[in-house]
Amino acid sequence: MKLFEDLPPMDHLRSEDMSLVQIIIPVESAHRAVSYLGELGLLQLKDLNEEKSPFQRTFVNQVKRCGEMSRKLRFFGDQISKAGITASPCPASQQVIDLEELEVRLSEHEAELLEMNANNEKLQQTYNELLEFKLVLLKAGGFLVAAQNHAVPAETELVESKYSKKDDESLFLLEQSVQPESSSKAGLRFISGIICKSKELTFERMLFRATRGNMFFNQAPAGEQVMDPVSGEMVEKTVFVVFFSGEQAKNKILKICQAFGASCYPVPEENSKQMQLTREVSLRLSELEATLDAGNRHRNKALASIASQQWNWTIMVKKEKGVYDTLNMLNFDVTKKCLVGEGWCPTFAKPQIKEVLEHATIHSNSQVGIIFHDMDSFESPPTYFRTNRFTHAFQEIVDAYGVARYKEANPAVYSVITFPFLFAVMFGDWGHGLCLLLGSLILILREKKLGSQKLGSFMEMAFGGRYVVLLMALFSIYCGLIYNEFFSVPFHIFGKSAYKCLESSCSDAHTAGLIKYRDPYPFGVDPRWRGSRSELPFLNSIKMKMSILLGVSQMNLGIILSYFDAKFHGSFLDIRYQFMPQMIFLNSLFGYLALLIVIKWCTGSQADLYHVMIYMFLDPTGDLGENQLFWGQKELQILLLLMAIIAVPWMLFPKPFILRKLHTERFQGRTYGILGTSEMDLDQDPDSARRQHHEDFNFSEVFVHQMIHSIEFVLGAVSNTASYLRLWALSLAHSELSTVFYEKLLLLAWGYDSVIVRIAGLAVFAFATAFILLMMETLSAFLHALRLHWVEFMGKFYHGDGYKFKPFSFKLLADEED
Amino acid sequence: MYGFEALTFNIHGGYLEAIVRGHRSGLLTASDYNNLCQCETLDDIKMHLSATEYGPYLQNEPSPLHTTTVVEKCTLKLVDEYKHMLCQATEPLSTFLEYITYGYMIDNVVLIVTGTLHERDVQELLEKCHPLGMFDSIATLAVAQNMRELYRLVLVDTPLAPYFSECITSEDLDDMNIEIMRNTLYKAYLEDFYNFCQKLGGATSEIMSDLLAFEADRRAVNITINSIGTELTRDDRRKLYSNFGLLYPYGHEELAISEDIDQVRAVMEKYPPYQSIFAKISYGESQMLDKAFYEEEVKRLCLAFEQQFHYAVFFAYMRLREQEIRNLMWISECVAQNQKSRIHDSVVFIF
Repeated sequence: MKLFEDLPPMDHLRSEDMSLVQIIIPVESAHRAVSYLGELGLLQLKDLNEEKSPFQRTFVNQVKRCGEMSRKLRFFGDQISKAGITASPCPASQQVIDLEELEVRLSEHEAELLEMNANNEKLQQTYNELLEFKLVLLKAGGFLVAAQNHAVPAETELVESKYSKKDDESLFLLEQSVQPESSSKAGLRFISGIICKSKELTFERMLFRATRGNMFFNQAPAGEQVMDPVSGEMVEKTVFVVFFSGEQAKNKILKICQAFGASCYPVPEENSKQMQLTREVSLRLSELEATLDAGNRHRNKALASIASQQWNWTIMVKKEKGVYDTLNMLNFDVTKKCLVGEGWCPTFAKPQIKEVLEHATIHSNSQVGIIFHDMDSFESPPTYFRTNRFTHAFQEIVDAYGVARYKEANPAVYSVITFPFLFAVMFGDWGHGLCLLLGSLILILREKKLGSQKLGSFMEMAFGGRYVVLLMALFSIYCGLIYNEFFSVPFHIFGKSAYKCLESSCSDAHTAGLIKYRDPYPFGVDPRWRGSRSELPFLNSIKMKMSILLGVSQMNLGIILSYFDAKFHGSFLDIRYQFMPQMIFLNSLFGYLALLIVIKWCTGSQADLYHVMIYMFLDPTGDLGENQLFWGQKELQILLLLMAIIAVPWMLFPKPFILRKLHTERFQGRTYGILGTSEMDLDQDPDSARRQHHEDFNFSEVFVHQMIHSIEFVLGAVSNTASYLRLWALSLAHSELSTVFYEKLLLLAWGYDSVIVRIAGLAVFAFATAFILLMMETLSAFLHALRLHWVEFMGKFYHGDGYKFKPFSFKLLADEED
Repeated sequence: MYGFEALTFNIHGGYLEAIVRGHRSGLLTASDYNNLCQCETLDDIKMHLSATEYGPYLQNEPSPLHTTTVVEKCTLKLVDEYKHMLCQATEPLSTFLEYITYGYMIDNVVLIVTGTLHERDVQELLEKCHPLGMFDSIATLAVAQNMRELYRLVLVDTPLAPYFSECITSEDLDDMNIEIMRNTLYKAYLEDFYNFCQKLGGATSEIMSDLLAFEADRRAVNITINSIGTELTRDDRRKLYSNFGLLYPYGHEELAISEDIDQVRAVMEKYPPYQSIFAKISYGESQMLDKAFYEEEVKRLCLAFEQQFHYAVFFAYMRLREQEIRNLMWISECVAQNQKSRIHDSVVFIF
């Protein structure tokens, strides 16, 4: 224990010191002060107006104006993306404009855009109508010509035999041949028009019903797509011609056309007139097209100029809105001349904040300075860890479990190494490790470029964890070298193998085994063992024992951290009645197992450790026989067992009873509560964060809690140790999987003499390696490492019930998405 | 599968029930209404609503808002939710969901037919239609001159066709006819929906028959009150009542011969569930009756959420949301016309 006390203070282990501060800002400098604080981004203001609804707050009008401006900006964004303009934002050309000016500018731009859109729409509508007219002329003209040609005797009929198969057609033809006149004189009229293709079927049916079948419907696809004025999409249209007779039918048909949104255009029957009309329409179309183009160019220019500024404006509006939202959280003081705010800031940032506030006073020419002072608080402060881009991802991993309590030991400090290391134990293959390394290096080298742009959700994740991946890759290479795995191919990197076959032909290596003829292979697993009889038993044994060693050491680290926490908070009760028995319990059972493993490795003994451990409980006094590893083992085992048995009640009983004793001592003879001094009462602002809370002591609750805790620890010691065996299991699975892909895919394909089969085999191998081994296995090993940290390691000491420090900062605001 | 819904309901209905319960928890709360009632302008309302689920639908509206815009956007949200649920639904839930829209369809048909009778523009009328009750050829309704044509031209394609069997006449359309048509259609629709729910069985039929019976009874009362003093004969009036509900059949007989509101009241007070409604209203008054009925309906709809594994929650949710939109419309109207003191006259709180 002396050793621990002499250690230097571990600043990284604890969150920053926080202080509750109050600022009193004169109204005239409030806006500037808050925006400066936003630039600094180190103060988290509290909402002192929680009971007020958003529109009852002081600066609601400004917030509304900002909302309106951001709506305009969104409108511009829509228009810009619709027009397909991708202007790069040019932050260099940013001139300083204030909010009023921006507001005016935005409304000008909006009005301009709306007008242009309206004009454009009108033109587009005319254009559409003309285009439709042209299409109708072309297609419907065809029908009419065809219909007239029927009047001409039979030789042309075959050519235009479109209708000849219909039953009523013969009648029609007969009539026509009797009276070879134009169709209008025969009492037959027609309406031609154009309609959406999707509505055509119901339209036809409706016409049929309305006229009781006394009509003839002719249609043809328009061929060209026409823009739908409402949605702005291109729609397929169909040209139709309806022949009918009678005035009433005409009215009905026209009404139906109107109801279906079909536009009707008159088509002259004579061919020459048609030609003339077509020419006219085409001429006007081309004119209109030119006008439309000019309009579009003008509009695009305007949009492009907006697009170049849009980003800056958006940021500015966001900042402004943030400032007013923050101002809304402040209270007016009694005189209505000052705004009062309360908030948390890191203690180290106080001078900076003071400086910034002074600047604000000077810049806004205020007569009165801003008052900034400390308050004492009963509330738990927020947790704030200063991270850099390297430690950020690790801190995020820990925060995902729970944000540390204020001043709690931060497991992220240890996770920086232990997390990638445990990952690598499961992912040991230096070939795969190199691939990961390459990937992470690409991400790190292109950090600047990738950091500034938007990434997809998967890339975002990979980019955020790039340094985690880097460390994971490095450790994988290390573990891979120890396991001697490179895509499951063994390599002779560190010298020659220590083994050779019994015979020179080496045919029975898998069955008979190898003989050792020289010094052991200097680093890691001997490459010769790959595929030999003893490979799996050996690797399993070493990986399993290693997992237990790693597990026991990590759990011990967790318990030691709980000691540091208890010491930091001055809770000697926890040290004596929680830390000590826990330490004794874990180490007398599993610490002893770890010791046995190390002794077995050092001495090369053949002792059966399962047997030792099991009979330590079943028959502690029995003879160990050949399983004896060292002198006095039996006595030591009995001692350890006794210690473990004593540790359980030690954990369970004393703490709640001592707590109860302390509680009753504190309130001995005090039947009435203490009266608060008058000074205290005055100090107690109803709005203030300094709320006192009373602690009620409930013995049964405390006892049950302690019981749960102890049982969890005792059972957890067994199950957590077993849980670390996942290191072995995943590592085994990884190496076996890569062996399968290598031998059953690549080598099999290589066995054929055909280039195609070889390439196919190589391709499948590459895909399997990339997707199954590099992606899926990485993910699974990552998740298992995560679990080992969250449950087995952090469960020993970490409460994780704090809340994060969220300063008002423009930088965070800008990153936020809508 | 009567009584065993818990075993199999979640296979097809579980996801959507979760969705609809999620939507229900998004309904405005008492504090929301409190805040809304304190609003000074429509912009305040927009600002408050932007913090609720309506936010995304209102945020891109330019600032001088109108009541119609607010209502339109809020309805749009309901329609989006409905469409999403309909897409996900399997039989028989999808049919059930479609049944919910038939009521809106009837209203739309009546709206357009009345509109064309008074020579309004069809497009203008279409904009006023409830989006849930739209069908393909709705615009063609304007072509029809009488009921027979209406049926033969347009409605034969719609799910409303079977309901028309009782009102096909060759008479020309007039206001009275149309109103009778609406009520006949509605009667047929309610009966059909009722039978469909009976067929579904289980908790669905139990709760839905209660809700639909209430709806039928309310319509019966409204028809009676509205037809007092018109040329509608007693027999015709009797024909418009739905053939189920608490009032069927004896209450209907009595309602059919009622000649003023107090007689209606006397009939209704014989039925214990309706006593409380009429207890709130003084004699001779019919203005507050609507609100009292709405309040009772909301209470019943909320109770539908107390049970699980049935379809009535979908019906209840749609109705509650509709009531909420009515509330929002009333509040916005009051705020826009500076009549804030009258806000509480017509708002029915949903909790």
